[in-house]
This record gives sequence, C-alpha cells and structure tokens, in this order.
Amino acid sequence: MSEDSQAAVRNPARTLAQKVWESHLVRRAAGEPDLLYIDLHLLHEVTSPQAFDGLRQASRGVRRPDLTVATEDHNVPTDSLSGPIVDAVSRLQVETLRRNCADFGVRLFPMGDQDQGIVHVIGPQLGLTQPGMTIVCGDSHTSTHGALGALAFGIGTSEVEQVLATQTLALMPFKTMAVTVNGTLAPGVTAKDLILAVIARIGTSGGQGHVIEYRGEAIRALSMEARMTVCNMSIEAGARAGMIAPDDTTIDYLHGRPYSPSGPRWDEAVARWRMQVTDEGAVFGKEVVLDAAEITPFVTWGTNPGQGAPLSANVPDPAEIADPVERAAAENALKYMDLVPGMPLREVVVDTVFVGSCTNGRIEDRRAAASVLRGRRVAEGVRMLVVPGSAKVRREAEAEGLDRVFTGAGADWRFAGCSMCLGMNPDQLAPGERSASTSNRNFEGRQGPGGRTHLVSPYVAAATAVAGRLASPAELAPVAG
Amino acid sequence: MQQFTVHTGRAAPLRRSNVDTDQIIPAVYLKRVTRSGFADGLFAAWRRDPDFILNDPRYDGASVLVAGPDFGIGSSREHAVWALHDYGFRVVLSARFADIFRGNALKGGLLAAVVTQSAVEQLWDLVEADQSTPVTVDLTDREVRCGALSVPFEVDDYARWRLLEGLDDIGLTLRHEADIAAYESRRSSLFPAVPV
Repeated sequence: MSEDSQAAVRNPARTLAQKVWESHLVRRAAGEPDLLYIDLHLLHEVTSPQAFDGLRQASRGVRRPDLTVATEDHNVPTDSLSGPIVDAVSRLQVETLRRNCADFGVRLFPMGDQDQGIVHVIGPQLGLTQPGMTIVCGDSHTSTHGALGALAFGIGTSEVEQVLATQTLALMPFKTMAVTVNGTLAPGVTAKDLILAVIARIGTSGGQGHVIEYRGEAIRALSMEARMTVCNMSIEAGARAGMIAPDDTTIDYLHGRPYSPSGPRWDEAVARWRMQVTDEGAVFGKEVVLDAAEITPFVTWGTNPGQGAPLSANVPDPAEIADPVERAAAENALKYMDLVPGMPLREVVVDTVFVGSCTNGRIEDRRAAASVLRGRRVAEGVRMLVVPGSAKVRREAEAEGLDRVFTGAGADWRFAGCSMCLGMNPDQLAPGERSASTSNRNFEGRQGPGGRTHLVSPYVAAATAVAGRLASPAELAPVAG
Repeated sequence: MQQFTVHTGRAAPLRRSNVDTDQIIPAVYLKRVTRSGFADGLFAAWRRDPDFILNDPRYDGASVLVAGPDFGIGSSREHAVWALHDYGFRVVLSARFADIFRGNALKGGLLAAVVTQSAVEQLWDLVEADQSTPVTVDLTDREVRCGALSVPFEVDDYARWRLLEGLDDIGLTLRHEADIAAYESRRSSLFPAVPV
C-alpha cells in the first residue's frame, strides 16, 4: 500500500480494505511488516497438521481457541457417512485433525456433524463471518468470506502455526484494486460467469498484491451467496482477497444465524457494519470497469482460470496470440485439453458434470441446477455429481425436494465435502475424462491425474449434463407439458 | 529457519508460465501429515513425461529453478515449497510469483527471486547451451550471476533481512506479546467467539 499510503496523506478517505486493515493493527513500525490481529482462524485437515506439530515442538499452545474453528472437508468421501474413511492416508489426516483439536481445545465440526461442510461454506452459514473482520485459513479460497465485507485471505502452513500461536500475522500492507461492474446481468448469466469474465480480462496475475473490492450496480444486485462465488475466485486473478461492502443484503443474510449477534448487540453490530464501506473519494491503486450487459455464459477452454471465453465462442487459435509467453501457454493448454483451434466450444463433449465446491456449493446453486434438470434427463454416458457444500445445504435441498429432482434426472446426490474440486478424495476424473465443473480451478490434473476441466456456472453445468456437450439452458428443448 | 546468503548451483530451465501449485505438487501428496519427504511428489505428473526437464540427467542436482512468469499460482499449499526444497532446489527465479507462494517460500528458506522475463530467457539460453554452467544467487548484493551475465533481482528488504539472519516469524512476533495483549484488551466484544 506504499503508493496508497502516500495518497492517504493527501486524502483522508479510505477504502474498505484499508479500514479493516488499520482497525486490526497490533503494531506498526517503519521498515517492518504490520502486525495484524486475526478475528477468526478457520482450519481443515490438509494444511494444519504440520502447524500443530510445530506448536508441540516449541511447547506452545493455541492462543485463542475461541477464535479458531475446524472442519473436515478435503478428504471426505461424499458417497456415505457411515464407516471410517477407506483410504488409510486420508483417514490418518482426518484423525490427526481430530486429535489436534481435542489436544488444543479447538471446536471441530467432524464428518456427520450437522454443521460439517466445506470451510468456506460453513463460516458464513454459521454467522461466524461478519463485516469488518480479519479471517484467515490455510486455504486460498478464504477470499470467499470477503463477500460479507471481511478481509479474508489464504495463508500457508507456517502462517497457520503463527496464527495458532499468536493470533496475529506479520504482513506488508496489501494494495487496493476496484473492479466495478456497471449495469445489469442478463437472465441466466450468473456470478460465476461474471468472475470468469473478470479473470479472463485481467489474467491470473491481474490482482497480484492487491485486495479487490467489487463494486457497482451489478455487484449490489447479487445475492449474498452469489457474492461469495465472486469473492471466492479472487485468488484465481492472483488477488490476496476479494471484498464487497456490506449492505442490506449482507445484514439480512446475517440476521438470526447461530453466531450472529442478537438482542441489543445486533443493533450495535449493524451500526458498526454500516461503517465498513469505502469512503467517497477514496483512491484505489488500480481500477477495472466492466459492463454487466456484455457478459454472457462463460466457460474455460484452457488449464488456468484466465483461459476462458464466452460459451458462444470458438476455441482460440494460439497463432493469433501476440505475446509469446501467452501463446506458448495456450499451445500447452490446448494439447493437454485435446482441443483444436476454431472448434465451437458448444461442440465440446463431456463425460462428467460436477455441481459443488466452495465456489458453487450453496443452496442457490442447487436450485439453479435443479431448475434446469426438472423434467429432463442427464444424457446417456454422462455422470453428474451434485455435492452440497455443507450438511445444512443438503438438509435444505432435501426439504425443498431438490434431491429428488437430481436423482430423478439420473444425477448422483451426495454428502457434503470438497469432492471433485480436487483429487484428494474418491471423487475424481480418470485420465482423459472431461468435465464441466462448477469448481474454481482447471489446472492440469486438478480433478484427478490426466483429467480435463471446463469451469462453468451451475446453469451451464446442468444444461451440459442434459446435452452431453457444453451448453446453456437456452439451447435445450423445452420440457414437455 | 535456515539462513540464506549466497547460493551457487546448476540451474534447470522450466519453460512454462503459470506453473500452479497443483503441478508443483498434486493434491494426492497433500494427505501426508509430515513437513518433509515431499521430493517424490515434485512435479509428479510432469515427471511421467520422459522429456520433462527434471528427467534429463544433464540437469541432475540442479538447485536453481528458472521458470516462466506467474510461478506458484493457485492453492496455498506450503507443500509446494517443501517439495521444491526436499528435491534440492534453493532458489526459484521468475518474472512474477503468486503472493501466497512467495510468502511460503520465505518461511521455508527457499528464495523466490524476481528477475525480468528477459533475464529469465537469457538464463534459459545459457544453461541450455551448457548445463554445467553454475548460477550464483547473491542475496547480499541482490544479484544473479551466470557466466558473463549479471542481473539484479527483487526481494523486499524485510524478507531479505529475515533470510540473511535465518529468523522465524513466531519468535519475532512473540517479542511483541505485550502489544498483542493490549490489542486484545481494546478489541470489540461484538466479534463472534466460539466457546470451547
């Protein structure tokens, strides 16, 4: 924030990110990183075991177990909750988390618990994520929580150990960036299409070193869950975090949640939340403006989330890319994805469809997919996995009868977990298989060694499952009757 | 944390941009609960290709990885740093690093040094022409030297100091325990807490 702080001398107006940062300063000294207090530390089984070991070796404890919450998500098999995890290495990792949480007094939501789920789904759902907080987790998609106006970012395991021991992090201030989306999204165009379009525009390093604040009419119009989808993928644009200033949508969402304030504390909290907005006249280090009306259903064709295009487009021709580094990346990507330049993306045939993950694992995503599948069938030869982001999302979907829509259409209805977003649990692509996936990363082998991933919205995922090729709901034949 | 001052070793040219941490170490290797023993997972998928650079015996023992821009994007897994380190790498040179990877590298005693893409390309050409060419990465002078080539690299002052001294964050932070306690005493009680 060096250029930002110079600007601050001339201009007292501050961005939301700067306000949250400055209100969490434990210590600031010239030439050193700031020491920042952390309000909520989320843990899962993958990135925490070595951190707890480090505490043990140094005879240190967890400073604030009351600000620390753990869940089991990455290794969890989603086909059944009964019985221990079959994979011995996965089982040991989950058991290690259970032992660490018991030894250090940390609250854990284990498999089978009514509040278990993907770490970035359960935080907001429980009301643990609130405006103006600092939130960290050993997981890059921690940016999700910024949808509620929190400064939330992913950290490595050494930093997990530091937060466990000190409840602080030593960090150089982040720079600030505004992504403003004006206008209105067309019907059937979602938050996922919006963020994929943003990443395609600014690239996988466009947000590097920055906190992105998403602003503008199209962002304001998004539901709370849709905002989480947007902020979730900030990391795919290289940003440290994504944020959206709290408003009525945020406050309505938080009302009545288990860890939301209640009684007179509610009004006091709301008054504080209302102040967590960027001041008029505040200056961002970088600004990007998009027109929502120009965004259409968006899919990726390559092996990083910046390699995306409108569904109506063709596979790009690397020969037409001027930058040699980008061109080589596109050539590698098309080879891995087994795609030919010029081929319409709508002709790409898939064998697997995944609706889930911390990006699109919430109830509204389930409703979107179900609205397309109602009265239709998953195409012959296509397997479709619908995996709720949390046990609560599963219960809500079943109460609405969505599970019957999925199973009736021939899809698999699963238990909560990270599932096919990454190859750490039994839900994986086989080598050469191709998916349309509502998750966040299309890296080589991300969904299983040799697997090929196209990132899509829940609508496009469901329509693709019906058509057997990348498709939007508008292309499907109307449901009879 | 391990100290880092000057390192001289042979370099491996990785002619790829956007090398994500899923490539550096695939998710299946993340199930382990230890902090070491990740060398076998380094670039596991790419190492199945006999033409991959690390399968070329001429680069055996290389300790400096020279990569395209945007190295370390994606997942926050510190295992990526542990795998590079366990395999024998002490330095990664690239025109751009993802933020979380660069932070993790610092904690793991792996120097992630930013050089220009033009320097990367010159280094690629030099080490491909002669695989035995030593590359020296000097943190004191912030300079990469290889044959007649000498280029500066970027690393922030504080990171450089920590690497030179081999200091770790928790030890440094605990010197300010009184500041943390003072912050906690003035922190709003409105923030959520989870009774345990």
